[in-house]
Amino acid sequence: MTPTLQVFLIVSAALFSIGLLAALSRRHAIFILIGIEMMLAAGNLNFIAFWRFGPRHEPPVGVMIALFSIAIAAAEAAVGLAMVIAVYRHYHTTNVDQLDQLKG
Amino acid sequence: MNSAAFIVTAIFTVAAALAAATLRKLMHAALSFAVALVGVAALFLLLGAEFVGLALVFIYIGAVAVLIVFTILLTRRDVGKDHGFNWGGVVVAVAVFGSLTWSILRTQSLAVIAPHMPGLTVKQIGAALMTTYVWPLQCVGLLLTAALIGALILVMEEKR
Repeated sequence: MTPTLQVFLIVSAALFSIGLLAALSRRHAIFILIGIEMMLAAGNLNFIAFWRFGPRHEPPVGVMIALFSIAIAAAEAAVGLAMVIAVYRHYHTTNVDQLDQLKG
Repeated sequence: MNSAAFIVTAIFTVAAALAAATLRKLMHAALSFAVALVGVAALFLLLGAEFVGLALVFIYIGAVAVLIVFTILLTRRDVGKDHGFNWGGVVVAVAVFGSLTWSILRTQSLAVIAPHMPGLTVKQIGAALMTTYVWPLQCVGLLLTAALIGALILVMEEKR
């Protein structure tokens, strides 16, 4: 039995849910960033899987979208981690529950 | 496509991702995250997208994971404290996974095996990047430059 498209999508769904779990349930800002990166990787896996199992295309659209989304994810990670460091300098904490100064 | 290789890679990836989401120590979680990304890159290789898999290894493990480790070390005084765990997130994640899996399994048109496909060469990717995708490529370059400058400005010392 060779793997079908479904099993790749299920692995991708599992990765996405785990990323969502990390982003929603952890209180540390870096954990939330790790979760978001994991969800982006799951999305990339979907693009590549649909490209591989779909009809042949020229140029390879799925691969291109995955490449661009990796680049955007890298930019997002750099800015996000810089924000974590800036917040840590200001508040001396990285717990997102304590960052409530803008609360009305 | 090899079935045994796929099963091993999938279990490895999901286990490492679970470890990254649930481990208590931040450093262990960051390293498990890097391992999970190795698994995702291996899945890309299995799918025949070698270039994207290698780009993922270079960018995520070479840059993003190292950046995360550096940030953990820079915010270290805070790491020892227990930050707690919100169990509502578990419910939401399980619900999302359940509904996604249910809808994937119910869709019959997804139960296909991979068609035979000639390998994708780097030359094809480069040609596509330089013709069809040249404007998106420039925009991504601009975005990366802006992100670099923005990150630098964010972490610059504040003037008192």
